[in-house]
Amino acid sequence: MSRKIVCRCEDIDEEEIIKAIEEGYTDFEELRKILRIGMGPCQGRTCIPLVLKILAKKTGKKVEDLNKPSFRPPVIPITLGSLSGEDE
Amino acid sequence: MKYDVVIIGGGINGCSLAYQLSKRGLKVALFERDYICSGATGRCGAGIRQQWSTEENIILARESVKIFKNLSKELGEDIGFRQGGYLIAVHDKKELKDAEERVALQKSLGVDVRIIDKDEIRSIAPILDPDGMRAIAATFCPTDGHADPFKTTFAYVKSARKHGTDIFTHSEVKKIVKERSRVKGVIVNDKNIKADYVINAAGAWSKKVAKLAGIEIPNTPLRKEAIVTERLKRIFDCMVISFKDGIYFSQQNEGQILGGIPGPDERTGYFFQPTFSFLQHMARTLTRYAPVLKHIKILRHWTGFYDVSPDARPIIGEDPNVKGFIHCHGFSGHGFMLSPMVTKILSEYIADGKDSEYLHSLSIERFKGKKIKREMSVVG
Repeated sequence: MSRKIVCRCEDIDEEEIIKAIEEGYTDFEELRKILRIGMGPCQGRTCIPLVLKILAKKTGKKVEDLNKPSFRPPVIPITLGSLSGEDE
Repeated sequence: MKYDVVIIGGGINGCSLAYQLSKRGLKVALFERDYICSGATGRCGAGIRQQWSTEENIILARESVKIFKNLSKELGEDIGFRQGGYLIAVHDKKELKDAEERVALQKSLGVDVRIIDKDEIRSIAPILDPDGMRAIAATFCPTDGHADPFKTTFAYVKSARKHGTDIFTHSEVKKIVKERSRVKGVIVNDKNIKADYVINAAGAWSKKVAKLAGIEIPNTPLRKEAIVTERLKRIFDCMVISFKDGIYFSQQNEGQILGGIPGPDERTGYFFQPTFSFLQHMARTLTRYAPVLKHIKILRHWTGFYDVSPDARPIIGEDPNVKGFIHCHGFSGHGFMLSPMVTKILSEYIADGKDSEYLHSLSIERFKGKKIKREMSVVG
């Protein structure tokens, strides 16, 4: 069977997420911290909705009732050079 | 429900206490108002440093390193412990004199630490530019290091559960029940939970928790900010810090560079909003220290809190007026690195009645009209 990739940045598949939920990591933030999902360059744009869906299914809750991850700046990755006002 | 011990706070200290106390045979419940690691632990740099100015912190950190070293084996889970050292910049003659005194004290207590020159700064971490850092020297301790704060805390949780600890997340303690001058338990989710001991390990919220027991503590929550970059192959091993600039940064196990610095708009209180002024100040200082990093992208910027005590040292031990109420807070930004030893001392006190000199020197009573000895080696 082929792997169902959920987080492309950190290379995490559905099976790993389900295993972690079964081990007791039932809050999105806990899953994020143990698997590093959503911590890569895309900052969770692809995986967050997918993970929330899996989490809802496994915990029997509705997606809207789950704790949502906080979005953190910047919106897109930016170089330290640009931030410090230097030309790249 | 009746427990021997109720722990308030699911950060590194609360979870370590849960593990140690339940391992010693006590019935433990841990209440976390949000999720595990939601406070300072999950937002910290997770450095482990033995280079301090006060004897207590040096010894607590030295003993904590010994525990960290064996912790993956003890808990049966990898905690990502790594000893890449801490390099502390020395910027001028006055700092050099202070550094010499501290190094002498640290060495006398058995810590492997030395003063290094600019050439050695470059050879230990080739990305550093000592001139950009405005450094004339540095101190270096190769046995300082880092552990993954998430992996470590979750490993404690797992082991604590195996030993019978009940862990309740999204459960805020609303009341602490007292009878005369003794704690009797807590009220959570409208349920009365009985306990002989209640431990306040609530980090930046410990002031609020202490108030539930009618205790005033002199702590202040202080907003801190941090950034993390994209992943790089390993380019340096040590944590780099400066007391003068307040900066700290290191390359984490996965390759990302994580760091922080006191921001221009730093303020006390519960403010979660990150500030642009911090971001710019951090980027400017970091690229001054390591110019090559100007090509590297930052991915994320967030806030967390220091739970600051008046002398920047932890407050631990049983309250003198409310029996059974245990203080474990005021870590002032150093809760992760000091947690193994501090929680060991507290667990031995609660489970075996064992005394320790630190329960006196770091007691809440030290602030009463006495001259306090401040920990000077603070960054971030």
